[in-house]
Amino acid sequence: MIDFDSVSRLYGDRPAVADVSLRVGTGEIAVIVGTSGSGKTTLLRMVNRLVEPSSGRILIGGRDNRTLPAHALRRGIGYAIQGHGLFPHRTVAENIATVPSLLGWDAKRISARVDELLSLFHLDPALFRDRMPHQLSGGQQQRIGVARALAAEPPVLLMDEPFGALDPIIREKAQEDLLAIQKAYGTTIILVTHDMDEALHLGTRIGVMDAGRLVQYDVPHAIVAAPATDFVRSLLGAGDRAFHLLSLSTVEEMIESGEAPGAAIPADMSMRAALSESLWSRREALPVAKDGRVIGRVTRAALERRGAGPQ
Amino acid sequence: MTPAAPVTPARLPTLLLLVCLMAFLAMPEAFSGLFAPLTRNGAAPIYTQAPLLFLTLNHLALVAAGTLAATIAAVGLAIATTRLAGLSFLPLARAVANIGQTFPPVAVLALTVPIFGFGPVPTLVALFLYGLLPIFETTLTGLTELAPEAREAATACGMTETQRLMKVELPLALPLILSGIRLSAVIALATATIGSTVAASTLGEVIISGLLTGNTAFVLQGGLVVAALAILLNEGFMLLEAIAARRAGRPSAKG
Repeated sequence: MIDFDSVSRLYGDRPAVADVSLRVGTGEIAVIVGTSGSGKTTLLRMVNRLVEPSSGRILIGGRDNRTLPAHALRRGIGYAIQGHGLFPHRTVAENIATVPSLLGWDAKRISARVDELLSLFHLDPALFRDRMPHQLSGGQQQRIGVARALAAEPPVLLMDEPFGALDPIIREKAQEDLLAIQKAYGTTIILVTHDMDEALHLGTRIGVMDAGRLVQYDVPHAIVAAPATDFVRSLLGAGDRAFHLLSLSTVEEMIESGEAPGAAIPADMSMRAALSESLWSRREALPVAKDGRVIGRVTRAALERRGAGPQ
Repeated sequence: MTPAAPVTPARLPTLLLLVCLMAFLAMPEAFSGLFAPLTRNGAAPIYTQAPLLFLTLNHLALVAAGTLAATIAAVGLAIATTRLAGLSFLPLARAVANIGQTFPPVAVLALTVPIFGFGPVPTLVALFLYGLLPIFETTLTGLTELAPEAREAATACGMTETQRLMKVELPLALPLILSGIRLSAVIALATATIGSTVAASTLGEVIISGLLTGNTAFVLQGGLVVAALAILLNEGFMLLEAIAARRAGRPSAKG
């Protein structure tokens, strides 16, 4: 869907992005992680040409992103940023309607789309349509920002630290919303963050940027199990690796037959949460239920083996 | 949720001033008693060579024309400077606006009278030049420094340069632009009085006449009317700025 082909961007002599090649498949959530100054935002902004590459090219759906005029290209790519960037002089509905209006949708279709998106983000259209951005909470502003980015149903969504300004509880909710919406629309997403936990939670693939270079690009499991450099290892946080690994899978894939005492855990619980539950409730094995029926058990010993690093 | 522009107690003195000014301009003779103590040797206490209302309207028209021209030029100059191609144009534009501000209006009159002759035109030129800088600087600030995130979002949403200017930058900059126009208009109101030295019909006529005949009453009534107009104009613009700021989604802006 999106191909970076040896993309570099120089500022003066200093490369902000150096020779990055990567491919994001249709419907994937590629999360680019890095410290500030690693070039991750520059990389993202080259997709919709807010920054032009110094060399290399970017293909979207096989087409060079420079074949269209920049403004036309951008109308087909959603863009959500930290601090939302809403137009302060426009109502919520007008903000969301920005790209559809530019594309010349008729008023009825725009209004229907605005209501649909507001509902999708759990905001009552009747209540929120005519509010001004300054009348919203931070979490609401952020949701409107993402709704605006999605308004014209773009196949690609770019997100630059979209949840950075939110408190932990609202952030978690926003992340769940994003996953649900991605599933519903099949949008291809590139998301930039400095937070490895967020990357592991959201990404189907994770790219790690260090000083302008892409040092590793792989599925979350591989990033955790085999970090390519010390930098990647340090981003993962040395103390949490086993738990990172366990948080990536659900217990469903390790169910064994047998009995276990106490209340059942759901099959879609993460292994990390299951291990925690096993320790906390002093049970060596936990019954697992799916659709309200106990279908087997997981043992603490098995969970421990899954969290073990390579020899 | 946002209240309509209120007539708060704080605006009461302004309203009172407006009423007094209108009463004085409508029936100046009624105020003879007030100004009589300031005259000597039985001179007239109220200027009557031309009706004060007529002079006031001329004065305001001159200020309006000068400020309007300055607004169009300064806003246009600021927009041109902020477009990509205009960035190299900034030092020149700033220099033009600065010269307009620093060159004394009296000197402008002296230089333009030989060209345009006596009458309102030299004053108009002086007001225009003098009014450029405040409007240019506030517009420039408004266009370049306000809500960088909103401006970037406009670009990222796929607006063209012109769309971004019309739909985002100008509406957001409007309160600041208005404050620049307010400054220019208030300055122009005072500056226009000197236009009477080159035969522009303004309230300066009253003041100059008072100076020539040693009639303090004339000087005072000319000065007071100009001062009252300046205060009212200032208040009026402040109200507009407050409304524009609220429209721009900045309810906290002072108004």
